[in-house]
Amino acid sequence: MTGLALGSADGTKLDYLALVRRRQAYSGLIVVLFVAILAAGFGLADSRNAGGFWSGLSNLFDFPSELVREAIEKTAALPGHLWRFLPAMIETINIAAVSTLIGAMLAIVLSLLSTRGMARWPRLIPFFRRAMDGMRAIPEIVIALVLIFVLGGGPVPAMIAIAFHTAGALGKLFSEVNENADLKPLEGLSSVGASWIQRMWLGAIPQVLPNYLSYALLRFEINVRASAILGFVGAGGIGSELRVAISWGLGRYDAAAAIFLLLFLTIVAIDQLSSHFRNHLVRTR
Amino acid sequence: MLELANVTRRFGTNTAVNAVGLTIPKGQMVGIIGRSGAGKSTLLRMINRLIDPSEGAIRFDGTEVSAINGKALRGWQRDCAMIFQQFNLVPRMDVVSNVLHGTLNRRSTVAAMFSLFPQSDIYKAIDILDRLGIADHVSKRVEALSGGQQQRVAIARALMQDPKIILADEPIASLDPMNAQIVMDTLRRIHDEDGRMIVCNLHTLDTARRYCDRIIGMRAGRVVFDGRPEDLTTSAAREIYGADETFSEASTSTSIETLEPVFVPAREPAFAH
Repeated sequence: MTGLALGSADGTKLDYLALVRRRQAYSGLIVVLFVAILAAGFGLADSRNAGGFWSGLSNLFDFPSELVREAIEKTAALPGHLWRFLPAMIETINIAAVSTLIGAMLAIVLSLLSTRGMARWPRLIPFFRRAMDGMRAIPEIVIALVLIFVLGGGPVPAMIAIAFHTAGALGKLFSEVNENADLKPLEGLSSVGASWIQRMWLGAIPQVLPNYLSYALLRFEINVRASAILGFVGAGGIGSELRVAISWGLGRYDAAAAIFLLLFLTIVAIDQLSSHFRNHLVRTR
Repeated sequence: MLELANVTRRFGTNTAVNAVGLTIPKGQMVGIIGRSGAGKSTLLRMINRLIDPSEGAIRFDGTEVSAINGKALRGWQRDCAMIFQQFNLVPRMDVVSNVLHGTLNRRSTVAAMFSLFPQSDIYKAIDILDRLGIADHVSKRVEALSGGQQQRVAIARALMQDPKIILADEPIASLDPMNAQIVMDTLRRIHDEDGRMIVCNLHTLDTARRYCDRIIGMRAGRVVFDGRPEDLTTSAAREIYGADETFSEASTSTSIETLEPVFVPAREPAFAH
């Protein structure tokens, strides 16, 4: 049925075939490069490693197994530890929750200002993007250390440090969500004479909210861990307790195990909460 | 020959298609009309098995295609191509790649993942596009084409499957009158030249009358009309659409020809009595 059409589309065929060959050559090249870089990078990292990757590999499970063994020996003490560390855990969760909330609110504004088709000032998109890059580039532990030096130890410096990083990280994710949103409702709202804030609040946010929420809850999870780490440098919460418990040779690995258990349960709870809220939000739309 | 026996589909308590029985001989071009929600789309999707029937059987040349699964089902889907109202192409891929998707059933998954299609298939795809008059756009992304062009790419994908049946679900409902005519002419031409069976859901009666050998009217999930185009009188159409005397098909006609005569007055019954 199509055999007779040769001739009229011959040039098109050759052009397209050349295009396909070019594409295949590029993908082949990328695969070869990827494998080469991976192999070379591993060799370099192994040679720079102080202990040696292969010789150290067998000792990988020494510490965890010691921790688990000691925790099992002192199982009876576990409920007591859990109860004792609960207030510290709640403090850590509070730091994470407040910083996620503040960071996410900032991120919404930043993301709307840096999305093509939505931005209030399209010319300033690069500026807001670079601002978010900067917020992500500075490690939160550095900000926390500086703030602890200035404001003294406690949860507030940790909260500010994490919120700052969260605004940058979520802002980027949110703006990617925004880019996939349908611009037609916004055009519709423009046509009735709505202001920028009205258009964003009524046209964009209802579309993107479920995705915002799941990214924000994922970030909440990450921030629980971040705020636990900041406890190591004097920001309070479960991290300070963990630093004491995990030090080698103090015989307090049962306490460390209790803290890990608390962290695990917290993450599970946030995950459950996340899917519950997200399903609810998607269903009622 | 395509046979539907007592085909029923329920969604919860709602019956979308209710005990439909039809026999369509080889090489017929059939138009299905009816108002939105009459079950036309559900019926077509059941034939392609995008939706499974709740009851009844669909047979093609002796095979009960409503009972097959896995590889046999995918083989059936290759033989019974589907064209959608919203084209359902992959917008970020080029035109030829989209047409080559019509061969996926015959190709290995790994080869398809790396877009390793044989040169003969690429040539065949371009020949089909040339036949449909869009060979100039082969390396463009589909999203850069107009609606009418996209629908022709979708038809090319269907032809690439080399199907025995082409099912078209409102193929022209998103197109302007000019493009709608091109798409319908293309479908009719495929029917006339290749002798393929075509089953087409349509919104406009004049299109159905003009292009189809046979018209089936559906109302609330049941077939209420089945006959030749000339049997579809205005009163038969009112019956299908559940409309009263104020219904006049000329007032919503999208055909370029029917716009030429003077507009039929909306209060037609006053003159009729």
